[in-house]
Amino acid sequence: MSLHDQDDPALRAAQEDRLRKVWEPPSGLFFRWTDTNNNRVGIWYVLTAFCFMLFAGVLALVMRTQLAIPANALVSANLFNQLFTLHGSVMMFLFAVPMFEAVSIILLPQLLAARDLPFPRLSAFGYWSFLIGGVFVSGSIFFDAAPDGGWFMYPPYTTRTDMTGLGADIWMLGLSFIEVSSVAAAVELIVGVLKCRPPGMRLNLMPLYAWYILVVAVMILFAFPPLIAGDILFEMERLLNWPFFDPTRGGDPLLWQHLFWIFGHPEVYIVFLPSIALFAMMIPTFSQRHLLGYPWIVLAAVGTAFLSFGLWVHHMFATGLPKISLALFSAASEAVAIPTGVQIFVFIATLWAGRVVWSTPLLYALGSIAMFVIGGLTGVMVAVAPFDWQAHDTYFIVAHLHYVLIGGTLIPLFGGLYYYWPLITGKKLSDRLGRIAFWVLFAGANLTFFPMHFTGLMGMPRRVFTYPAELGVSGLNLASTIGSFLTAAGVALICLDLALSPRRQKAKRNPWHGGTLEWLAHPDDENWGVRSVPLIESRYPIWDQKDFVKKVDEGRFFLPDAEEGRRETIITTVLDARPLAVQRLGGPSVKPMITAVALGSVFILTTYHMYWAALVGSVATLAAILWWLWTGTAEIPEKDEKPIGHGIVLPLYLSGSASPGWWAMFITMMADATAFSGLVFGYFFFWTTHPVFPPHGAGMEGPGVFWPMVAMTLMLAAWGLTVAARTANRRGGVGAARGLLGLGIVLSLAAIGAGLAGPWTTALAPSLHVYPAMVWTLVIWTTAHSGVAAIMQGYTLARSLAGRMTPKHDADLRNITVYMHFMALTAIVTYATIGLFPGVA
Amino acid sequence: MTSPPRQSALAPFGAEAIATFDTTVVLTIGACLIFGIVALLFFVAVRSPGDRLSHTQGMRLVLVAGAALPTLILAALLVYVLPQMRPLPVPPRALGVSAVGEQFWWRTVYRAPGQPVLETANELRLPVGQTVTIELSSPDVIHSFWVPGLAGKMDMIPGRINRLIVRADKPGLYRGQCAEFCGLGHAVMAFDVIAMSPADYDRWLADERRPAVPAADPAGAATFAEYGCGGCHAIRDTQAAGRIGPDLTHLAARRHIAAGMLPMTVDAIARFTRDAPSLKPGVRMPAYPHMPPADAQAIGRYLAALK
Repeated sequence: MSLHDQDDPALRAAQEDRLRKVWEPPSGLFFRWTDTNNNRVGIWYVLTAFCFMLFAGVLALVMRTQLAIPANALVSANLFNQLFTLHGSVMMFLFAVPMFEAVSIILLPQLLAARDLPFPRLSAFGYWSFLIGGVFVSGSIFFDAAPDGGWFMYPPYTTRTDMTGLGADIWMLGLSFIEVSSVAAAVELIVGVLKCRPPGMRLNLMPLYAWYILVVAVMILFAFPPLIAGDILFEMERLLNWPFFDPTRGGDPLLWQHLFWIFGHPEVYIVFLPSIALFAMMIPTFSQRHLLGYPWIVLAAVGTAFLSFGLWVHHMFATGLPKISLALFSAASEAVAIPTGVQIFVFIATLWAGRVVWSTPLLYALGSIAMFVIGGLTGVMVAVAPFDWQAHDTYFIVAHLHYVLIGGTLIPLFGGLYYYWPLITGKKLSDRLGRIAFWVLFAGANLTFFPMHFTGLMGMPRRVFTYPAELGVSGLNLASTIGSFLTAAGVALICLDLALSPRRQKAKRNPWHGGTLEWLAHPDDENWGVRSVPLIESRYPIWDQKDFVKKVDEGRFFLPDAEEGRRETIITTVLDARPLAVQRLGGPSVKPMITAVALGSVFILTTYHMYWAALVGSVATLAAILWWLWTGTAEIPEKDEKPIGHGIVLPLYLSGSASPGWWAMFITMMADATAFSGLVFGYFFFWTTHPVFPPHGAGMEGPGVFWPMVAMTLMLAAWGLTVAARTANRRGGVGAARGLLGLGIVLSLAAIGAGLAGPWTTALAPSLHVYPAMVWTLVIWTTAHSGVAAIMQGYTLARSLAGRMTPKHDADLRNITVYMHFMALTAIVTYATIGLFPGVA
Repeated sequence: MTSPPRQSALAPFGAEAIATFDTTVVLTIGACLIFGIVALLFFVAVRSPGDRLSHTQGMRLVLVAGAALPTLILAALLVYVLPQMRPLPVPPRALGVSAVGEQFWWRTVYRAPGQPVLETANELRLPVGQTVTIELSSPDVIHSFWVPGLAGKMDMIPGRINRLIVRADKPGLYRGQCAEFCGLGHAVMAFDVIAMSPADYDRWLADERRPAVPAADPAGAATFAEYGCGGCHAIRDTQAAGRIGPDLTHLAARRHIAAGMLPMTVDAIARFTRDAPSLKPGVRMPAYPHMPPADAQAIGRYLAALK
């Protein structure tokens, strides 16, 4: 195909017909919900997260009404505790993080001119998991069963089953389920940014929003797993009475606080950096120039992410930690203001250097920056440990965190809504209504939260359902309550504007005159994303590249057709975006939904202690996953390669480190290894807090050396066999590879027995003391991974026998080898820790 | 006394809280200045017509105002605040006080060299001008000990003992409250703090060490015993020796009952005795719905006389 072929309108129309047919969304009462395209799934995701935000906002209004006057009796202490726990948990886990992922699912393919994300079905799975888990957690308040231990769920209050009921289990298991879906979405987004960029878009030409997606998704990848590890320990204590946080049996409540805040502090930046990313897209548009200091803002984002993992102790200043660590974390907490300062000043400099076009989204952006700066400055104040000892757990912190989150998440998101609404619906929202809503919202939020700085310093702690008139904060509280209703009115106006949108006229294309790829979107958008995948030479191609939009629309770039009737997108190299292959994408399917329902049943049934039913759910989940993988992944194409235009011919199959699947496995295993290190951290944390660890006594004599060493050897051998099978298969030794895999299954299964034999033969009693509990947890984690290894080896063997894996098409085997590398590492660390470390210590 | 006891970091009476108040003023002024400057810069930037700032100038602005200045300001701030994180020096043989947070009240224990240990509840008395180490612990869940006028808060964590070193500098009546969410009664877990001259303090200690005042009306004491109150509460030198709830030996010398919730009156005691759970959510004391109000009044009169 030469460049001039696209001059033929008939050819173009035929291509468009084929693309339209391939990307046609499913229809029908049920089947429309089996869609996996990012446009649809992203919009469901955004709407659902938005509804959860409104729900949590209503909870806040009830709380503010209760606190309007002193000694009010509107709601009981019990209900109030459920209200604030759910308000915080829903806003964080069901709104802020999912909303970032939802918006990114919509925007990322557009920013990268990709047809879809690399794993559309994974997005759909994430969405259904999110919906099921979110409704489960939120709905609990209507049955008076909502979690009531605060969104931080500090044990021992929350692990004592005589003090807290089902709510704590709902929090742990329901939100763990959502954390899994968050991590799944993070994997999807990282691979999307790294592998699905258009040809020529080197890392340093990437739109800034994509950079922030990368940074934030990597943060999710490392921040959520420690919380998942904490959740595991927490539920082991609640369901099985293993004493991780019970000091009478060697446990320590502070371990939870460490694991929670290692997650919880990065979480703040996870929900705030996406807003900076939105500013970084809007401000160049409304300054009509390139963003000034692109490398600076990227470095600042990376720096913020890096520092945010070193600040968690500032949530624990009042726990009586050694002064030296307080000084260190004070300094680190202040230091994070520096990259934030850089990002803010990049915006100031860009606005200054450009000619500003005033608009509603810009109003939201600047208003939110004002609130965020106030929140940031009070953040520096609370980073000063002596000041924090006063402010901690008071309304001062409530003020601080709401300035950060309203200025750093909520209002930017509304700004993003006004900015990107034309992109998603083809229509503009009302400028007038938008501005009125902004000022009502802005006034309301400030009236609500500014007085709280004083309320807190004047002695009002957080999480109190009542306060006496003598405290002298009645007037301040009443102002906050009035402000909260004003805020709600602002949000209601925005909802009204959204509701009126279907009656409005279509806007013209690229209404703000943006320069980045997402503005290729046409008001009468087709489901296929871009007409052809462009070659990128600039950060703002619409502004800088000649006839860019026209060339894209006429299909003069890459992949303008879908000859084989398959959904496809281009895979490029990680650093410099050289085209590598054409990836066939999964289309609409019911499998993600079924898998999400099955996995959800495991978490929900466990909450109600229905273990046998949960086991059935687990088997169903495994079956659903295998069915999904078998029928939908690593498919051998009907031909080896295809042309994508301009004389470039790309393969249709990739395996190994060039392929998105390999990256997804690698990234998932990074998260897995992080959760595992959370558990290992627990073991060594207890070693540092006990004078004698392991302790002595009946039921506490360790697992010995023999069985752990046997288990380690077996697992390393299983790893070696898998690596050998990969090499043999690649060299054409299909029979040898099958034999090696078969033997590998046997060894993996044997390693389960050997691993459990250690603590079993020495009769370690996990409910007696934290040491046996910790050993059992590490062993269970590792043997469960051995079980997954056996399943993977068996799956790959079956693929080979079924002819779905060949020496040339070996993605399955390459991918499970990545798993086995991490598996071997896990086995070495676990068995050396439990088997050898007691001898060294 | 007409004005209610203060529970405010903005009205400090302790050495630590006074120092922190000064820091607060400095931090607040600094924050306001920085906010003003940033807001002004945004205003100028948005108003400026295009091309007033070259690329080089813009980058210099980011470098100087966005990176270098914040670094300098934060370094200076660190140098200013680090010395404040050092605790007050503790003289040898200093007075020792333990405060134990329990759902949802405070057990306070005083240890003076050469004197028997004294236990009371829901009230902390401090001699002005003397450095005191308060040992903080909890037998059930995490609480946090916070007397804003005295010092910053510190957590009471099961399995640990935290030490808070304080010095009251101004005599007066103050209030403290639990600051870490601890369950249903978290909002109603407060206590009185009374900073007094060393002479008054010694007199109070001596008074507290006396045995309980003999009951003027034996009927009240008998009712108290009959309902088994002594199973949870102690009144020294009587049959009542329970350790679950607050010590009541000199209850009437305190200003409030139920951890800062209700005034020290016969009526309040009687109401609380009959129906504690409805007055104080989460309280571990059961309700006695069948107790005749007259009995509750008798117990109230008895306890309100325990000066």
